[in-house]
Amino acid sequence: MSRVNPVNQYLRMDRMPHIWCSGCGLGTTVNCFIRAVKDCGFPLDQVAVVSGIGCAGRVAGYLKLDSFHTTHGRPIPFATGLKLANPKLKVVVISGDGDLFAIGGNHFIHAARRNMDLTVVCVNNFTYGMTGGQLTPTTPIDAISSTSPYGNFEEPFNLPFLAESAGAVYVARWTTYHVKQAAKSIREAIQKNGLSFVEIISPCPTLYGRRNKLGDGLAMMKAFKENSSIVNGADTRGVGMDFKGKIVCGKFIDREKPSFLDMYHATMSERFGPFYECYEGVQ
Amino acid sequence: MKADPKGVLTGAHFFDGDHACCEGALSAGCRFVAGYPITPSTEIVERIAARFPSVGGMFIQMEDEIASSIAIQGAVWGGAKAMTVTSGPGLSLMMEHIGLAAMLETPCVFVDVQRSGPSTGLPTMPAQGDMMQARWGSHGDYEIIALCPNSPQECYDLTIEAFNLAEEYRVPVMMMMDECVGHMTEKVIIPRAEEIEVTPRRFTTLKPGKYLPYQAKRNEIPPMVKAGDGYRFHVTGLTHDERGYPAMNAEAHDRCVRRLVEKIRNNARRIIRIEETDTADAEVVVVSYGITSRVAGKAIQMARADGLKVGHLRLITAWPFPERRLRTLASHVKAFVLPELNFGQMFFELQRVIEGKAACYPVAHAGGTVHDPEAIYRRIMYAARHARMREKKEVTR
Repeated sequence: MSRVNPVNQYLRMDRMPHIWCSGCGLGTTVNCFIRAVKDCGFPLDQVAVVSGIGCAGRVAGYLKLDSFHTTHGRPIPFATGLKLANPKLKVVVISGDGDLFAIGGNHFIHAARRNMDLTVVCVNNFTYGMTGGQLTPTTPIDAISSTSPYGNFEEPFNLPFLAESAGAVYVARWTTYHVKQAAKSIREAIQKNGLSFVEIISPCPTLYGRRNKLGDGLAMMKAFKENSSIVNGADTRGVGMDFKGKIVCGKFIDREKPSFLDMYHATMSERFGPFYECYEGVQ
Repeated sequence: MKADPKGVLTGAHFFDGDHACCEGALSAGCRFVAGYPITPSTEIVERIAARFPSVGGMFIQMEDEIASSIAIQGAVWGGAKAMTVTSGPGLSLMMEHIGLAAMLETPCVFVDVQRSGPSTGLPTMPAQGDMMQARWGSHGDYEIIALCPNSPQECYDLTIEAFNLAEEYRVPVMMMMDECVGHMTEKVIIPRAEEIEVTPRRFTTLKPGKYLPYQAKRNEIPPMVKAGDGYRFHVTGLTHDERGYPAMNAEAHDRCVRRLVEKIRNNARRIIRIEETDTADAEVVVVSYGITSRVAGKAIQMARADGLKVGHLRLITAWPFPERRLRTLASHVKAFVLPELNFGQMFFELQRVIEGKAACYPVAHAGGTVHDPEAIYRRIMYAARHARMREKKEVTR
């Protein structure tokens, strides 16, 4: 009996093999995402995925959904336009730490501030993989990258704290070791009304791991297992990460706030009364 | 298809060009605008923000022009007709996404109300300094269409035209307004909806599974789909094949980019719009566009009063450039004069296509105000005098 991977039907198998290195956490993330989408109860035809540029930017292209591979750092504003043109869509942004928080950082905080109805999954591997392992805004202090050869001395972003401060209604962090929890969090995030954010700590053995003597993909996963602790509801101010330090995982924030479209409808209905033509997107 | 009456403010109005542009977008069926405030284009988005909620449209003020220029593309792939509005510094920030729109073949409109640059320049004063940037600003090879209104009425009419061309050719279309045209107030007639021709989006008739996003014969424009309709399609800014999948080789790149370029170049004759006055027997032809065409009109009157045969060719589309027509004119015209509010942009294009068959004279101006008609008049007279002197020399030889 031949055994077929149950997620195959959600992938563009005509694009396999993918470009990711062995030991990379992106495949695991895609797997978690597919399981989340299957379980979230939305028809798959109504789910769209938008990615930016980089290794994680290639996620969109492997998913058998309406999927968009956009420009570097800009998947969130693209997703914003897509969602507003057709609010019935569930729009998920999957991209990397460099894409979403260096070049695209401004878009993230504004989408969170507006509470735009999007799910943002950040695959954080602490480096720019596609271009050869450079420093990103999440690279821990002392970590070596090709553009910080003497060790990073810049303070990295604590992404869950940033997301909470900017206004996200759902904030969670898992590693690629925590596949069940990650899939569940992505599902909850998709079901959330407003901007939800899931950070997936992911190994990049080829560039980040090798330069920092963290071993191969398996060794990095073992480190995720041993160094992580699950603290649901943890104060996000305390979940920043050090080089080789503890990784606090869990669902940190799950709160209710009206989304951008909720506020839009409420404001315009009040102002225009019967003259407001309820915006339902372009039909 | 006729315009949706809901967005059409039929009647005679007293509008500035910015407001007229907003109404043009509404008449064209635009229901999504993302923008960022920048002088002298802000009045367009202000009017849109006020008008859209009652016509089922969505305006969002984004965090910057980079975000605006890609939010509209997300909206287009969600099914909307969309535009963004800016001026020089904002246009500079949008360049990357003009390239994305060209690559993904996303029909959308970029309105640029030009002000004097470089950099922050003179925010409240006119220029025509973005003409080359509009054409060449993003990296790589691609083609766009650019329109140059010279009155509020044309700001209305050409905005509709911009949307129609965007849909027909699946390209970003640039509305190259300027501060003068944007802020001058004149009579604008908005016809009844049933008199306004609007090009609808051409969606595929193929079923999911059969449809390939970029399957098209040479010179043909592939039909579109939108997210949520079950096609499960993929598009990418990478070089791609007919399926929309990345294709990383020189052959695929040639096929991909060649079609982007040829769909406009090979249809240039259908796209180009010019307005000619008295060019048939002209000795000198003034080529102009936008607000400068109106100043040039005065200069031409002055030269004609002196008995000189001067023609006028106004570019309504700056890109694609009317190469063939100008080359034909060059066979009998002795000289061309091209005034513009920059130090030579469309002038270089004119020089290129004339290939030395006639003399070409720029009337350069840094912007900040329009030309003094006298300056254009003097250039016309100078051009005519030199042309005659040259002819005399050739006869003597």
